[in-house]
Amino acid sequence: MTGSVATRVLGAIGLAAAAVMAILALWVSPADAVQGDAVRLMYVHVPSIWVAYGSFVLTAFASARVLWRTRSGAGGTEGVIADRQARHWDRVAGAAAELGVMFTGLTLVTGSLWGKVTWGTYWQWDARLTTTVLLFVTHLGYLALRRLPAESRARARRSAVMALIAVVNLPIVHYSVDWWRTLHQEASLEIGIGGDRNYSGEMYWTLLYSWATFTLIALWIGIHRYRVLRLEELAEEAALEELLSVRRSEPSHDEPVTER
Amino acid sequence: MWREVWLICRKDLTVERRARVTLIQIVPTVLLILVVFAFAFDANPSLLGAGAGGLFWVAVLFGAVLGAKRSFDIEAEGGNLDALRLGGLSPAAILWGKAMALAVQMAAVAVFTAAGLVVLFSVTVTDWPLLLTAAVCGTAAFAICGCLYGAMTVGLRSADTLLPLLLIPVAAPVLLAGTRAFDVALGTSADQGWSWTALLAVVLITYVAVGWAAAGPLLEDA
Repeated sequence: MTGSVATRVLGAIGLAAAAVMAILALWVSPADAVQGDAVRLMYVHVPSIWVAYGSFVLTAFASARVLWRTRSGAGGTEGVIADRQARHWDRVAGAAAELGVMFTGLTLVTGSLWGKVTWGTYWQWDARLTTTVLLFVTHLGYLALRRLPAESRARARRSAVMALIAVVNLPIVHYSVDWWRTLHQEASLEIGIGGDRNYSGEMYWTLLYSWATFTLIALWIGIHRYRVLRLEELAEEAALEELLSVRRSEPSHDEPVTER
Repeated sequence: MWREVWLICRKDLTVERRARVTLIQIVPTVLLILVVFAFAFDANPSLLGAGAGGLFWVAVLFGAVLGAKRSFDIEAEGGNLDALRLGGLSPAAILWGKAMALAVQMAAVAVFTAAGLVVLFSVTVTDWPLLLTAAVCGTAAFAICGCLYGAMTVGLRSADTLLPLLLIPVAAPVLLAGTRAFDVALGTSADQGWSWTALLAVVLITYVAVGWAAAGPLLEDA
């Protein structure tokens, strides 16, 4: 019900890209001199957190739009348009946050497996790991807040504020490896032209390709999730309309009661 | 605006002076956390002394969760928030007034917690200015953050369970920076104590900015 020609094409491209990514990551890219084949986990671990970062930034941006569109003052047709746009951005925020949580979870799982191979343990009380867990739990809280029954406008505004507070954690997670002494390696690739690289050659390009593949798949899932949220809203509205029509068709109780 | 803030702050402090919830319930709970931690660490004095900085902030954070819940519970009953809004008070004034009152209560909790640490864990302070600056910044940050989330969850059926889930992860930067600064002030670490206090101040300013922008959307729908 949520599929269209465009999303089917996008999904097919995403799956094909994932197959090519598997070949690049498992066979074309060389093993690391120190970590051996364990380094191949990087092609899932690093792109997952990049996609999660992007999703959380999109959640914050969409939330800012929700607050902007629901600020009081607009009425009439303008108010209806503002309300529709606020609902749209609220769905974008919700879908993006779910994606972010999913990919952060994937990052934590793959990081844990990678840690077992390289550090000898699934978990270390390391700054990057701990702040990532906090980011994960904060956005889980955001999703919990979204699920609470409330009037849609109030829920959207409350969640939007929460998303804007939660996004403050992002720079803390990203720069934790620079600010504190950690076991976790520094950023794999520095942002910006001329930034440092920890990897080169096939590893570098496979990493970039994996990021593009993950982004494509995230986009595909995100569009479907957005449409599911829209359908849920429509179903709620239809159920309400049905209840109202049933209520209206019932005999009126306002008729005068005749005394016997 | 500031007159309204002061009115709300005074109202909350008057309610507290009459009910004494902070003094009779929150402070003993926080002190109990210190005692329970001593059990958890097998009453090992060197271990407890080394972790005293972190323990202080964990205890105050739990106190802030209880305080924030209490601060908005008194408004949820009988639709007090609506009454305050109908009385012409701005959402920002309500939020900042409540945050100020909660900060005063949390300062009292922090003083009792610090006294508990000195008596129970025999800690000694080596850098008073650092300790006091970090304590003021961290306590104020907890109060503002607590009020933001208190306003966010006020009136919700699952507010009791949701508030800690929302508040604790977001307050983690304060916990982290406050612990590092206290470790230096208590002489258990040779880290850059003032850098951590600067980070505390940055987090506090961020919460103030978010609070300023979010007061309207949160309290108009509460």
